[in-house]
Amino acid sequence: MSDLGTGEPLLRTAQLIVENDDVANTLELPRLTSRVDVIREICRHLAPYQAGERPIVGETIIAKDLTIDSLAIMDMVMELEDSFDVSIPMNVVAEIHTVDQLADTILDLRAKR
Amino acid sequence: MGLFDRHAGLLEAYRDVRTTGADPFQIRMERVLSPTEAIINGRKTLLVGTNNYFGLTFDPSCMEAAIEAIRAEGTGTTGSRIANGSYSEHVLLEEEIAAFYGMKHCMVFTTGYQANLGIISTLVGQGDHLLIDADSHASIYDACKMTQAEVVRFKHNDPSSLESRLRRLGDKPGNRLVVLEGIYSMLGDSAPLREFVDVCKKYGAYVLVDEAHSLGALGETGRGLCESAGVLDDCHFIVGTFSKTLGAIGGYCVSNDPDFDILRVTVRSYMFTASLPPSIVASVRQALRVVKARPELRKQLWDNVATLYDGLAAQGFKLGPEHGPVVGVHLPDRMLAIGFWRAMLDAGIYVNVAVPPATPNGVSLLRCSVCAAHTPEQLQHMIEIMTGIGRQLGVISATPKLRVVAGNR
Repeated sequence: MSDLGTGEPLLRTAQLIVENDDVANTLELPRLTSRVDVIREICRHLAPYQAGERPIVGETIIAKDLTIDSLAIMDMVMELEDSFDVSIPMNVVAEIHTVDQLADTILDLRAKR
Repeated sequence: MGLFDRHAGLLEAYRDVRTTGADPFQIRMERVLSPTEAIINGRKTLLVGTNNYFGLTFDPSCMEAAIEAIRAEGTGTTGSRIANGSYSEHVLLEEEIAAFYGMKHCMVFTTGYQANLGIISTLVGQGDHLLIDADSHASIYDACKMTQAEVVRFKHNDPSSLESRLRRLGDKPGNRLVVLEGIYSMLGDSAPLREFVDVCKKYGAYVLVDEAHSLGALGETGRGLCESAGVLDDCHFIVGTFSKTLGAIGGYCVSNDPDFDILRVTVRSYMFTASLPPSIVASVRQALRVVKARPELRKQLWDNVATLYDGLAAQGFKLGPEHGPVVGVHLPDRMLAIGFWRAMLDAGIYVNVAVPPATPNGVSLLRCSVCAAHTPEQLQHMIEIMTGIGRQLGVISATPKLRVVAGNR
């Protein structure tokens, strides 16, 4: 995660999400991984698939609003699993649609470790 | 929404493919002449994309065995082994494959796809954990959809990626089953099986290896990667196919597990489909004898792999990571891959084109599969043609740098 925020559009996206984030929730998160961190990391992976100028936000539907295919989504999940040291079973991935849902899944799994 | 609307994206991609004037997924072989030649579009075409690794489809002894079996037992079994019973030949084939591996049990399936589908989806269930390589074959992915087990992917050929996933399971209850392939079908690379097996032992995971592309090709006696890596005894389940090296159709699974036979009444892809016809069983039994009796076919195959792989690499083509009976040639994008494929066919050489989403990491490939029966002249001709087309299309430089190529094997 050392190369975070290398691209300008990314930074913009991350800022946008910070503004919309639920601060109370963020404070309760364990082990120093904040929701902002998780969303920023997800957005970093999704940035290459951004469709036009539409920013990637929490409500972005990953498979529909972006140009990413299902295999690339699964590969991204594999990277996120290692970044946050959790495993997300494929049937769980299938139920995830938005960036928010993906972030919440990762945070839930981290909390259960 | 119409029934076919969800395929709109695929339809568009498929249209791109077909507008080149030939459809790589609906090629008609007007007449197959030998393991290495067929008539396509009215002309004699060199086959370098049919997984016919030992060239046994036209082996006279295998053909005779099949013909004799038809005369003796008819054309088909007209049902499953559960309903219609097993023919003696089915049972003998299973005994011979089990003996080939030195394992106690073998189950034969009507296709390799059904073997993976049925075995993997049935071995693990609710509360179990299935761990698969990210580049697994479609039959393994489809098995994942059919099981109630939790499925997690690990990075292709990366034992440390598997280990972190097994570690994260911690002391969660449930069996762990790890699925690997001997040789991966798109790029021809082998799994680092010994390292994988060490990780599986450490975490008490069962190991299943699919030797579809490595049966015959790897190992001192052709038993596959499990044999060449020296881990045959550590692999709990080995799956394979009759449709490649053995030149027919069908699949199998061998194991030493004492309860293995319960799968005969639980695996649905075994129970609810017609069993292999006698002719296929007979030719497969004979092909297995040929594999055992003629190790020189394996040497011929690898000599041919070296000729093709090193020849293409010397011209500057970007290939899969190591020598293998499958030689994957990387191309920059899908359209170029399709154009290249078409030019090859026009020049009388048939290979496979593999494009996203059927390929790992979205790569576009020409997939070549080498046959022991290819002559050096055929392969040199292919390298020459590919080099010419590669230069015309700007895939490789017109003035190749001279470089020494060392094979990985």
